[in-house]
Amino acid sequence: MQSSLFQQNVSLTLRLLVITVICIVLMTVDHRNNALKGFRSTVGSYLVYPLQYLASLPAGLFQNPDKTIVTRKQLLAQNNRLNQENLQLKAQLLKLASLEEENERLRKLMGAASGVGEEVLIAEVVSVDQDYYKQQVLINKGSDHNVYVGQPVIDAKGIMGQVIEVNRFASTVLLISDPGHALPVQSNRGGIRSIVQGKGNPNELDLLYIPNNTALKPGDLLISSGLGGVFPPNYPVGIVSQVQLRPSQPFAQVTATPTALLDKSREVLLVWPQAEPKAEKAEIAAEAKPK
Amino acid sequence: MRATPWRTFWIVSGTLVLALLLTLLPLPNWMEALRPAWVELVLIYWAMFMPASVGLFAGFIFGLIVDIALGSLLGQHALGLSLVTYIVLKNHQKLRIYPLIQQGVIIMFILMIEQVLYLWIHGISNQASGNAFVYFIPAVTSMILWPWLFVLMRDIRRRFLPTPTQLF
Repeated sequence: MQSSLFQQNVSLTLRLLVITVICIVLMTVDHRNNALKGFRSTVGSYLVYPLQYLASLPAGLFQNPDKTIVTRKQLLAQNNRLNQENLQLKAQLLKLASLEEENERLRKLMGAASGVGEEVLIAEVVSVDQDYYKQQVLINKGSDHNVYVGQPVIDAKGIMGQVIEVNRFASTVLLISDPGHALPVQSNRGGIRSIVQGKGNPNELDLLYIPNNTALKPGDLLISSGLGGVFPPNYPVGIVSQVQLRPSQPFAQVTATPTALLDKSREVLLVWPQAEPKAEKAEIAAEAKPK
Repeated sequence: MRATPWRTFWIVSGTLVLALLLTLLPLPNWMEALRPAWVELVLIYWAMFMPASVGLFAGFIFGLIVDIALGSLLGQHALGLSLVTYIVLKNHQKLRIYPLIQQGVIIMFILMIEQVLYLWIHGISNQASGNAFVYFIPAVTSMILWPWLFVLMRDIRRRFLPTPTQLF
């Protein structure tokens, strides 16, 4: 070790140049196509996920001190409240089931297939911080649970984002608030179609290509239109917060607040949109022909 | 307790993994921007005091692991950490004899160079978001942290990797 103290390493700059070239190639490949996904997910599941899990432990310990220390009375009261809520929800669900059936029947009459009855799986957000400049979260379900790239992720209040990377035990979700994420939506009132793009801020979304004579108003609910083929239709996405008409520009500036709690939700739902709309359509077509 | 190559490897990678854990540790939203560049600081320390064992390759490999852990572009932190290691390795003899405060200031500038690199990479790959000023806050908090981290790392080095002649 001592011998190297005053020895100038001549090849250091050369080595940095080689590493720079390698890194630029790696970044370009990673940005442009999926060739490195396998490497990422292998290293991600066996080397990095244990670290991420370890880093999330202390947060789990201190997150809910009020949940670990409660009195019997409080628990009973909570239990009571949850039972009542459960009953109410069950009653509503009964109605929903019959409505769903009726809706399906009416749609079949009209000859249009609908995709109600998606499968869902609850996943937990692993409390580790990802790249500060990106809007993404890590969840604790991976390819072992049949999670796939492009899968929609929702929470109790609306659409959160989609899976962009899967390894064995965990996957990365790109939130709808990331500047690199766009999602086709429709306004609930009037059915105006648009595209929602993130701004890097978990509380604000941009609506693109809204003409200046738009009928959108603050307070309008935006739902997913399902046109992109990634997200199932009719899930709430956001609420229009501001409509700014700009006569000098080709499009109005419209912003929305996401309904999902993008930076707060701890439990999220992975959705498997029903995969047989084609079969259903064929069936309907077959039914329609004899008549 | 001699500093064999294997021992050096385990101590250096162990401290780097601890630094990565600190990077992943969830913080409240307002504190996230203030998070010091833990991995960079630990790597700078080892490059300063063990330049024969910790080189560009170590920075490159560990940078790839950081990239996968943080979900950034594969190669972004690899390039950043290699660059930081390069600057420190080129100047480690000078850096070592500076007082701690001065070391901290120089490290702040080195980290700012790294952050400019990230700013470029984000800009080119369309990930730029918000205020560019935020990119330079970690460099300042790292400067404030450096003297304390230095003392801690020095104790670790003296305890586990003593050299034949203790220079510091």
